[in-house]
Amino acid sequence: MKYVLGRLVMLAVTMAAVSFLTFAAFDLISGDPATAMLGTQATEEKVEALREELGLNHPLLVRYGSWLAGFFTGDLGMSYQYRQPVGELLAPKVAVTLWLTLLSFLMIVVVSLPLGLLSARYAGGPWDGLWAGVNQFCMAVPPFFTGILLSYLFGIVLRWFVPGDFPGLEAPGKALWYLVFPALAIALPRAAMTVRMLRSTVVAEMNKAYVRTAISRGNDRGGVLWHHVLKNALVPVVTFLAQTLAEIVAGSIVVEQVFGIPGLGRMLVASISGRDYPVVQAIVVILALWVVAAGTAADLLGRRIDPRLKIGGRV
Amino acid sequence: MKKRIWALLLTALVLSAVLGGCADGSGDDGAQSTTPTRAETNEIVVGLMNDLDDSLDPHLTVKAGTREVMFNVFEGLVKPTPEGELIPALAEKYTLSDDQRTYTFTLRQGVKFHNGQEMTAEDVVWSLRRCAGEGQDAPLVEAFAAIDAVEQVDASTVTVTLKEPNGEFLAYLTTAILPADYTGQDTDPVGTGPFRFVSRSAQDAIVLEKFDDYWGTPAYLDKVTFKINENADSLMMALQSGAIDLCNHLPTANAAQIGEDFYIEEGAMSLVQALYLNNAQAPFDNVLVRQALCYATDRQEILDLAFDGYGTLVGSSMYPTLSKYFDETLTDTYSYDPEKARELLAQAGYPDGFSMTITVPSNYPQHVDTAEVLAQQYKAVGITVEILPVEWNVWVEDAYTGRNFQSTVVGVDASAMTARAMLERFVSTAGDNFINYQNSDYDTLFAQAQAASDEATQVQLYKDLQRNLAENAANVYIQAPADLVAVRKGLEGVVFYPIYVLDLSTVRYTG
Repeated sequence: MKYVLGRLVMLAVTMAAVSFLTFAAFDLISGDPATAMLGTQATEEKVEALREELGLNHPLLVRYGSWLAGFFTGDLGMSYQYRQPVGELLAPKVAVTLWLTLLSFLMIVVVSLPLGLLSARYAGGPWDGLWAGVNQFCMAVPPFFTGILLSYLFGIVLRWFVPGDFPGLEAPGKALWYLVFPALAIALPRAAMTVRMLRSTVVAEMNKAYVRTAISRGNDRGGVLWHHVLKNALVPVVTFLAQTLAEIVAGSIVVEQVFGIPGLGRMLVASISGRDYPVVQAIVVILALWVVAAGTAADLLGRRIDPRLKIGGRV
Repeated sequence: MKKRIWALLLTALVLSAVLGGCADGSGDDGAQSTTPTRAETNEIVVGLMNDLDDSLDPHLTVKAGTREVMFNVFEGLVKPTPEGELIPALAEKYTLSDDQRTYTFTLRQGVKFHNGQEMTAEDVVWSLRRCAGEGQDAPLVEAFAAIDAVEQVDASTVTVTLKEPNGEFLAYLTTAILPADYTGQDTDPVGTGPFRFVSRSAQDAIVLEKFDDYWGTPAYLDKVTFKINENADSLMMALQSGAIDLCNHLPTANAAQIGEDFYIEEGAMSLVQALYLNNAQAPFDNVLVRQALCYATDRQEILDLAFDGYGTLVGSSMYPTLSKYFDETLTDTYSYDPEKARELLAQAGYPDGFSMTITVPSNYPQHVDTAEVLAQQYKAVGITVEILPVEWNVWVEDAYTGRNFQSTVVGVDASAMTARAMLERFVSTAGDNFINYQNSDYDTLFAQAQAASDEATQVQLYKDLQRNLAENAANVYIQAPADLVAVRKGLEGVVFYPIYVLDLSTVRYTG
């Protein structure tokens, strides 16, 4: 109970800090929403009138206060650019990005856990160099490049999907199939990192005294790896995967662009360059929530795996 | 043991999900061949590089990209033709009074709005007054400040009276006529055009459908979907994959990669790309320095290196598609001559050259490329160039509105299909004279052009104005960029206008 309360307080503090910092950051960078909206037609009077209309002439704290008030009453404001309620504008984008993120997270977990264990099991073997090379390569390729490559291979050559023709979530089967490819582009480097991470923690664990004892007492290597080592090696990996969950969203910004997917990432980029504060603010809050939620999930999972964490002990 | 079973189960589950996905995908493939093609349903998908992230209310729309698309939805009393003429649209005909101040419009009868309402004289008066700023501090459409009064004479006649004669005012009456007192224009626009607006999804798509009750020549296509894709590589991918059928403003570098399913229609963009110089800042306040820059610029090399050879050279602030006003003889006012450039620089007191900055909006790769070619060329005459890439908004705010720049590469277009729209900005007192051009001869000529009563005199005066800009080297004029449209084979009817629009009513499937 106390734990849950602590988490909630932390959530509230994080959200407050993040949303306020976003507000403040936009006050510092150059580029004014009114000028952005009026473009080359901006005259001083027009800009001034629009600033007044958007409430931009109020001091920072007043603006933040009214945003907060709106937030708690479920009103995220109107998009400056699209003249549409932010909630209505973002809801379909959130759904798309959520699917994309979950799909690519699933890929990372499914691929990297077995591969990580296998590569640890055969560490020092004849294929090790090759493995490390492939791994390094996968980590180094940026998702947008992989994205273009995948579009070309599966879209143009093999014709498994039609790049640039995202069917929309109204056709869930087709949409999910389309998302497999961008998800792969996002998953590849993170999966490679997870494999390496798992491998090194497992290898380090395998060299510990208790493992040596267990093996010298006649237990077979695989059994020790599965029953003892994995449990100990998993805690940092779970934390790492939680970070991954957060970082996938960052990766999706570029990948959404490459695959023409109408998700949150593209909205974020567009609204920042258009200085569409209400939209940016809402997206930032959603992303912050996502990151905090991922962290909490990792924490809870870690406590399941290693009960010592529960009583505040150290590993 | 138990855990191992769990792990196995999980793996099996995931595998089946993935394989299921594959099966699902191939199933879709099968379905695709039976679902009708876009040619069969008479629709097309157009690739757009810019979102319509703007108000869709035509009186409030700011961005050229939004106007370009919404041209299909809205119409004014008159409308432009591809040749640059104005023809009656929602007005059947008009007359101009002898004092050249009052236009009398006879409205077309039986015109329907997309919401089914019939267009009335009240709608026309309401729309024009709204643009002129009735009930607001300032006119919504700048040029409408010239209006003295808009009156309804009878059910089918409306008069527009100007404060003073203005031969070009008609061009602004292409401004949309809207149903009076309808408040949803921002997001759910209603007009009278050949296509009606169906939906917009931010950063995703805009859908238009043929308007069945259109008064004029109906559109050929039943439906047009605009797909937003701001990344040039993925746009090319979408062309090759068959996701889109038509794409305008194609980057010249991509023209060669469109594949054999497409052909290119080439038009000219209605804008003038130049190295715009801040005439109020040293050393560009010296005409010799500006001329030196012109001589130091190899424009053909810019076309070859940054535009794959596409584009039409220009020598002043006018583009060739406004053919009535375009003065061809100015194109070669300055030929490429680095020797001459060095001489002029020495004469101006810069025998060893100087350092300068070129501010360039980084979202336009072709302008950035141009700046880079210029930097190389100017090195040859001893000028060191530093390129400052900035975000578009920052450019608008600092360089354009704030006039805080030394030089900048951009394309400047006209807000209406008139010479005035291109040339008025260089009058000393003009609010959008962002290059701070101050030339009393120019101001006098411009005033004369406005007062000219017959068209031939006016056209000549506009040509004199262009000559003034060219001879004083107000800017380093480069070109009117080519507008390349990739069109899927089997489609035809793309036409170009001397303004920034994409007319889809003429596009059709052959056969």
